[in-house]
Amino acid sequence: MGQIISALVAIVLGVGALVLYFFGSNLILDTLIPDRAEPDGRVLESREKDRERIRPWLFVGPALILLGIYLVYPAIQTFILSFRDSDGEGFVGIRNYTWALENPEFRTSIRNNILWLLIVPFLSTVFGLLVAVLADRVSWGNFAKSLIFMPMAISFVGASVIWKFVYDANLPNPGQPIPNQIGTLNAVITSLGFQPQAWITVPVWNNIFLMIILIWIQTGFAMVILSAALRGVPDETLEAARIDGANEVRIFFNIMIPQIMSTILVVLTTITITVLKVFDIVQAMTNGQWDTNVLANLMYNLMFRGGGDFGRSSAVAFVLMIAVIPILIWNIRRFQQEEAMR
Amino acid sequence: MNTNVPGINITIGGLLARTALIVLVILWTLPTFGLFVSSLRDKDQLIVSGWWSALSTSQESEQGRTATSDVEVERDGTYVIAGNIFGENTSKSVDTYGGGFLPDTDDVEYAENEQVGIRDYQAGETVDLGDGVTFTLNTDGSYEWVSPIPLEEGRGKRFFVITTIPPTFSLQNYREVLDSEGFGQAFINTFTVTIPATIIPIAVAAFAAYAFSWMEFPGRQLLFVIVIGLLVVPLQMSLIPLLRLYNSIGEFFGVAAKSYPGIWLAHTGFGLPLAIYLLRNYIGGLPREIIESAKIDGASHFDIFVRLILPLSIPALASFAIFQFLWVWNDLLVALVFLGKTDDQIVMTSKLRELLGSRGANWEILTSSAFISILVPLLVFFSLQRYFVRGLLAGSVKGG
Repeated sequence: MGQIISALVAIVLGVGALVLYFFGSNLILDTLIPDRAEPDGRVLESREKDRERIRPWLFVGPALILLGIYLVYPAIQTFILSFRDSDGEGFVGIRNYTWALENPEFRTSIRNNILWLLIVPFLSTVFGLLVAVLADRVSWGNFAKSLIFMPMAISFVGASVIWKFVYDANLPNPGQPIPNQIGTLNAVITSLGFQPQAWITVPVWNNIFLMIILIWIQTGFAMVILSAALRGVPDETLEAARIDGANEVRIFFNIMIPQIMSTILVVLTTITITVLKVFDIVQAMTNGQWDTNVLANLMYNLMFRGGGDFGRSSAVAFVLMIAVIPILIWNIRRFQQEEAMR
Repeated sequence: MNTNVPGINITIGGLLARTALIVLVILWTLPTFGLFVSSLRDKDQLIVSGWWSALSTSQESEQGRTATSDVEVERDGTYVIAGNIFGENTSKSVDTYGGGFLPDTDDVEYAENEQVGIRDYQAGETVDLGDGVTFTLNTDGSYEWVSPIPLEEGRGKRFFVITTIPPTFSLQNYREVLDSEGFGQAFINTFTVTIPATIIPIAVAAFAAYAFSWMEFPGRQLLFVIVIGLLVVPLQMSLIPLLRLYNSIGEFFGVAAKSYPGIWLAHTGFGLPLAIYLLRNYIGGLPREIIESAKIDGASHFDIFVRLILPLSIPALASFAIFQFLWVWNDLLVALVFLGKTDDQIVMTSKLRELLGSRGANWEILTSSAFISILVPLLVFFSLQRYFVRGLLAGSVKGG
């Protein structure tokens, strides 16, 4: 109870300080640079122009300071730290990077990250597109979309528990009959006459079972964005194609897909960013055991394991950064094109 | 193959589409549904049968033990130890019993069959223990041990029981998780993190977004391009320097390095790029005339923003608020780095991760705590889905 009250107090104080800052700083600006006025209050000359040279900085100031402290400064610092030793003090050149290249765990992580990147964005988009197209054709489409969208609200850790339960295995002792399975997947497998498997411990394939969790979450995202884009395809185009005798499959591949290509790219890149940073699922399901490690989890473990190795951990973080740079540039280009059309 | 009757539109393709969609919806909802059903089941049933059999009865074998002579009473010249192996309030019932101190057989042929070490007695059947001593176990678990002379029993005798458990659903698992596993406290901690970490970035970002949209200042374009760039910079790039910074600030001022204000500000910083981007898309899309006519009337940008733009931007603010709320609520990484793992700081995602490690086989605890942690996001999601979708669209397909 005490904590709830102190949280409430903190909220009021924090928000109060913000309100005080914005109102106060603007009020001070108005008093410091007042309009020239007659004694009776008639404005002779407005000095709003002068004030407007300062006011924007009052508006963006807090945001810029926070972005600087929490994103820009640390990013630069991480880059510098990646050339330092485990305490972040002594300079070691590129030794952290050469260590990484020779480290089997790093290599496994890179391989797994590439597998994740190849599979998850693609399948999420395919499933999302499939649901978006199918749901437009049935009366309960919105209900179906809502259910497919639901995992978006669930935390990666929560989703990991949900799926760990699906993958749960009750392995038989040698020579014993197969025991009852409480994991859905193994129940299906054994009812078809196969042996139950401990899915998340079988290398290489276990990665797929972890990926399924993220696909399950991201499909809803792809579906929502693509569904909106599909609605933007002009009806006349579709009608014209139908009159020309094109069947639904051809219309889908030759008309709809090209029309929404730019949106598909946006969806793919957005999911790619999420996939690159995937951490929670691996941390909760295996913590990188059985060859399932990924860069984000490796980075986290290096940060704390054995007292922490800031240099190596920073080097792994920077590898992630390098991977997003192409998307970063593409995003900025896209923004500049949009601005030009404004 | 079209059979287009007005009003009824059934095609082979349509049927296929319907079936495919049903299959997808089932695949997508079943895992969550299974978790939910399991969280309501009896913990003993949960580990022996799948959640899909939650509605059928299950059988289980367990151990019974009689009471000791402490509860022995004399009745009509005999001595009786009586009791109930299930204790109070149970939905279980006895099928058969045997083994332990009960004679395995009075039949030689039976004894030669090594498979049957234990002779099963039906519930309610009276077992003759010789010398006039009898033992009876009833369906409801009550038993009577009757002897003509005092039963000098100091430890209680052991036997085995096959019980039937009817399907039971209860909130027992939830009670256990909230009380004894400390999940109730973690729930409060999560709220403590989430609410300020949602409100603060909105306020900061709204002012910045307005400035980026409608105010003139040198470097405006460049600064906004930097914000766009920061949208995709991995969180991992920030963690180590911030951890060091927090530690040294903590040391310097003699305060804890891991604190709620610390994580609020961290979430604010990490959420700002998206917040500024989304809100600028919205605020920048408002008609220019609104701002210009207010300017002519002599209003300053501050007045315009507070009186006109802020009320108009409520939908966009709501969209971002939902995003940020879900993101902070569901976050694990930032909480692991910036908050402690003590009871007064640990959040639900962090707690769940710990439970997955330490109580990995206790599905009654895992399922119910997972469901508690996803309950609030699901409520927010289903009640405010419209704003959420709007935010997603504004965030990614602006102009595309």
